[in-house]
Amino acid sequence: MELFEPTTLLGMVLAIVLVPLGGALVQIFFGRKLPRRGDWLATACILTSASLAVTLFWRVIVQIDDPNWSWSSADHGLSWHWLNVGEFQLTAGVYLDNLAVIMLAMVTIIASCIFFFSQGYMHGDRYYSRFFAYLCYFCFAMLGLVVADNILFLFMFWELVGVGSYLLIGFFFYEEDPPKCALKAFMTNRVGDVLFMLGFVLAWQLFGTLNYTELFERLAAGAFVPIEDRAFSGLDNHTILTLSGILIFCGAISKSAQVPLHVWLPDAMAGPTPVSALIHAATMVAAGVFMVGRMYPYFTPEALGFIAGIGAITALVGATMGLVMYDIKKVLAYSTMSQLGYMMLGLGVGGYIAGLFHLITHAFFKACLFLGSGSVIHAVHSQDMRDMGGLKKKMPFTYGTFLIATLALSGVPMLAGYYSKDQIIATALAWGLEYGTAAWIPFLFGAVGAFMTTFYMFRLVFMTFHGTPRNAEKFAHAHESPAVMTIPLMVLATFAIFAGVTLHPLPATEELWFNEIVQQPASAAASGLHLAHDTLAWHDALHTAHYPALIVSLIAIALGFFMARAFYLKKSADAEAWKKRFGPVHTLVANKYYFDEVYNDGLIAGLHKLNHGLARFDRGVIDGAVNSVGLLTRFVAFVAGLFDKYVIDGLVNFWRWFVQTASAVFRVVQTGNARDYLTWTLVGVLILAAYLANGTN
Amino acid sequence: MDHLLSLIVFTPLVGVLAVMMMPRDAKDAMRTVAAVATFVPLVLATWLWWQYDPSGVGYQFIEQGSWIAALGVEYHVGVDGLSIPLIWLSTLLLFLGVFASWKIDKGVKGYMMLLLLLEVGINGVFCALDFFLFYVFWEIMLLPMYFLIGVWGGPRREYAAIKFFLYTLAGSVLMLLGIVAVYLAATDLGVTTPFNIPLLSELISSGQLDGSSLVNEGTLLGWPFLKWIFVFFFIGFAIKVPIVPFHTWLPDAHVEAPTPISVILAGILLKLGCYGILRINIQMFPQVASEPAIAYTGAMLGLIAIVYGAFVAMAQTDFKRLVAYSSVSHMGYVLLGASAFTAAGLSGAAMQMFTHGTSSALLFLVVGVVYDRAHHREIEGFGGLANVAPIYTGVTTVGMFAALGLPSMSGFVSEALVIIGSWQVYPVLASLAVIGIVITAAFILWTLQRVFLGPLNEKYKDFPDADRRELFTMIPLAFLCLLFGVAPALLLNTIVPTIESIRNLFA
Repeated sequence: MELFEPTTLLGMVLAIVLVPLGGALVQIFFGRKLPRRGDWLATACILTSASLAVTLFWRVIVQIDDPNWSWSSADHGLSWHWLNVGEFQLTAGVYLDNLAVIMLAMVTIIASCIFFFSQGYMHGDRYYSRFFAYLCYFCFAMLGLVVADNILFLFMFWELVGVGSYLLIGFFFYEEDPPKCALKAFMTNRVGDVLFMLGFVLAWQLFGTLNYTELFERLAAGAFVPIEDRAFSGLDNHTILTLSGILIFCGAISKSAQVPLHVWLPDAMAGPTPVSALIHAATMVAAGVFMVGRMYPYFTPEALGFIAGIGAITALVGATMGLVMYDIKKVLAYSTMSQLGYMMLGLGVGGYIAGLFHLITHAFFKACLFLGSGSVIHAVHSQDMRDMGGLKKKMPFTYGTFLIATLALSGVPMLAGYYSKDQIIATALAWGLEYGTAAWIPFLFGAVGAFMTTFYMFRLVFMTFHGTPRNAEKFAHAHESPAVMTIPLMVLATFAIFAGVTLHPLPATEELWFNEIVQQPASAAASGLHLAHDTLAWHDALHTAHYPALIVSLIAIALGFFMARAFYLKKSADAEAWKKRFGPVHTLVANKYYFDEVYNDGLIAGLHKLNHGLARFDRGVIDGAVNSVGLLTRFVAFVAGLFDKYVIDGLVNFWRWFVQTASAVFRVVQTGNARDYLTWTLVGVLILAAYLANGTN
Repeated sequence: MDHLLSLIVFTPLVGVLAVMMMPRDAKDAMRTVAAVATFVPLVLATWLWWQYDPSGVGYQFIEQGSWIAALGVEYHVGVDGLSIPLIWLSTLLLFLGVFASWKIDKGVKGYMMLLLLLEVGINGVFCALDFFLFYVFWEIMLLPMYFLIGVWGGPRREYAAIKFFLYTLAGSVLMLLGIVAVYLAATDLGVTTPFNIPLLSELISSGQLDGSSLVNEGTLLGWPFLKWIFVFFFIGFAIKVPIVPFHTWLPDAHVEAPTPISVILAGILLKLGCYGILRINIQMFPQVASEPAIAYTGAMLGLIAIVYGAFVAMAQTDFKRLVAYSSVSHMGYVLLGASAFTAAGLSGAAMQMFTHGTSSALLFLVVGVVYDRAHHREIEGFGGLANVAPIYTGVTTVGMFAALGLPSMSGFVSEALVIIGSWQVYPVLASLAVIGIVITAAFILWTLQRVFLGPLNEKYKDFPDADRRELFTMIPLAFLCLLFGVAPALLLNTIVPTIESIRNLFA
């Protein structure tokens, strides 16, 4: 069913993407001169995008309601011959499927909330108009990433969101730390990005295209570029495919803050809080998950196993660090990292729907949590939870929305997070049941992480909003934020309740709304590469796992809640004593597993050493050689000069001297007198005669 | 216009004569004349690019006539998709260079005359299709550069100028040796125009000219004659590129040269070396160039330049030296891409010449601005300039992102093409080259952070923002970086057909 003319649809999508870019350009050049420094213009731009995206959502998701719906502008001849270099051809166009449409709506709705919130939060900032310019620019890049129809364009927007993140983390550039954090974020991402790049270069080697549709078609048909036309002829297709998939996933490791490239995310909290909510919780960090979803058919079972492993480790490691932080934003940052781990875990164990559904629901409640923390920070001017406490009464709206989002994140039934997270854990359990041994790790880590999630979230809630104020002065000045900040919170809290809603209280995957509109793509199985997730046994395992997983998560939630309550509300257990009991472990976790130390003192210090060593080599050896050649030439010239002066010229002079002297001698003899000559002749004859006479004896 | 190329090449010479006849004190008038004398070639070059037919085969806008009949020397010029973007870039950079030189007050007359003469040499080399002419223009270019560095440069200008001169001269001598050898071999074949580059290319690539008349069986000391000539040319051009380990004249020359001269040096002069490699080494000696051992050596040298240049750049404390080493690194991509002989690799190499010409020129202008105001270039000596100079910081940021190869900037397209193109042939080398991408981003953004971000260094609280003249020199380059990053086809449509015709030599 065609609801729009192709050109209309393309125009809509381009408008969704490009209107924020226009807003960014106007803001950066003229923002300061506009009334209210242009915040209304930026907000109008994102609202335009949002209304178009919601229209699209309505038409596509609600009216067409076909899980296999997809639309590619290239099919209608609407694409741009971007590069045309011999065998390397790239046409750029728009590719939409239900996932992309949902992403567009999610990103623009959350961005709209955050634009409004920022009007209050950033009020009076010196670079107010620039802030909105950067936000608009980021939205442009993020939306472009979603609708791109080939990996190269995905990658380009992928890097551009990184720039948006760089600019916004370092927004307070006049302070000491934010620029450093921005640099760290960009560089960590750059490491992942070049691996990503090598991954898609390999993909192009294998299939000769970077366009999704063509790529997956050729993959399904097993239409590899003949092995003799490739540089890497030593490896078989499956191995290269796995390698390429893992390299592509490396991009997601850095972008979505997976271990071991997660170190930038906590530091990214140096940016203004609305930025943390938009970029470092809801959208950009989820781009890695989106990308894995987009490229899903491309991953071999081995690559998916790798993804599941990284995701599981991240989910657990992130959660543990969330337990021990005191900075309210850091807790949320580690929580985000952990949740991103869940999404990857879900995708890796074959839960395509579960992982991506969690991306969507998490975006809403985590944005709500971050904005809520922003509201608190705005009120108490501190990020340290030890300065807070008892804010519940002073900030009722913030508290209410924050609590809803916390419950959603913990996975309390009927709220958004429950549906998606439960699916992830159930799929992970099924995976464990199906494959055994090491395959149990995702489930175990996920279950323990679920307990920790509830614990650290309620620790945060209790320390911030409950109990007695720990800092009376800060508490006295605290007040509820203005409506421009609380209304976005309420909107997001509403989504935190309803984003996962299903009438069935204990739904199986099949009953989720998300499942009805998003189809797990046909896997690489068709290409002859076995992907076990399509087998009947797998569906049985999934079915078996459903209720046990549910029970495990409910126990984890309850345990987490009551323990947090005992420690931080009732104080019936002493947190400090437990800290001591776990001494070394606590130190390890509180020091963030020493990742930063290893990177800074090992890698970066080593890099600097290498650089300085090479620079010395360049100066000393290479340039030294050049200068030595110069000096040697001069020395040779000098010696040649001496030689010239004393030997050659000396020889000439000697010759002159010799001739002169000799002639002086002979002049004495050459008198010109015939009588003298005769005398000398006689002498000579006599000597000769004497000699001869002597000789005859 | 029948003589478009000659007009482009020799218009600046009119400027030289005009400046020569002006009184010594009429500085502004001389600057204006120089601006006009560089603007006219820019307009003409734009017209040239516009009129150029990319689908056409071979050289266009050819002018050919006998010059020194006794030796068979011709005045023979012509352009193709490889040279046109570079000619256009050089006319642009020279025009902007005049404005960047506006504040130079010492010996304006001599300076402007040399600058204009330099333009004659540069455009001459890009247009020349006769080896003799090529060599003459090559030497014309060398002399003004020597004086521009040696007279108007920084404290160690004489050392730098002599180093530059001797190094380049050594390259020229090798090149001359090659030219003479080819000339002799060609005359033995009875060729009446033995300096004709297209003709020689055809003779050599078709195997007719192999030097067997000069040396026994075309072999000298175990190597084919042509291989020797190839190596002579290669080293001659490699010095100009410069390729590690012939690169150490570059940082010294850059550090001592005045800003506009650095801009021209990085933007155009380095490309002459690359142009020579593509035009002579690859187009004239395709069989030698594509020998696996030779091609692999080229790719390896490219990789070394990329990675080594980036590492050494990161250790620099002088802003200008850092940018100079980043040029060494960026030029490595040209060699790596060209050594792969794939469409993507060669096109990427040709495009990289142009994109680096815009981004490095922009960065040298940026360094010039900061040096003009602070009179030093120590990266650690600044801090927080963004607080007082937001516009300058904005332009710098664009330039830096262009230099680190951010998507949507032209450098990304050329580097990506080089990586993709060379991956097909040298997967390991191409994979290692990405180390250079990471390190480049690191030292560029680290520099941005140390100079522009963070709390303001109180010493520079009165640091003035970029003025109109400075913006006038920087913004066109920033715009070009963006333009060809967003729509690379605008540039590649000119380059690719020529590259395809070069690739046909290997088919």
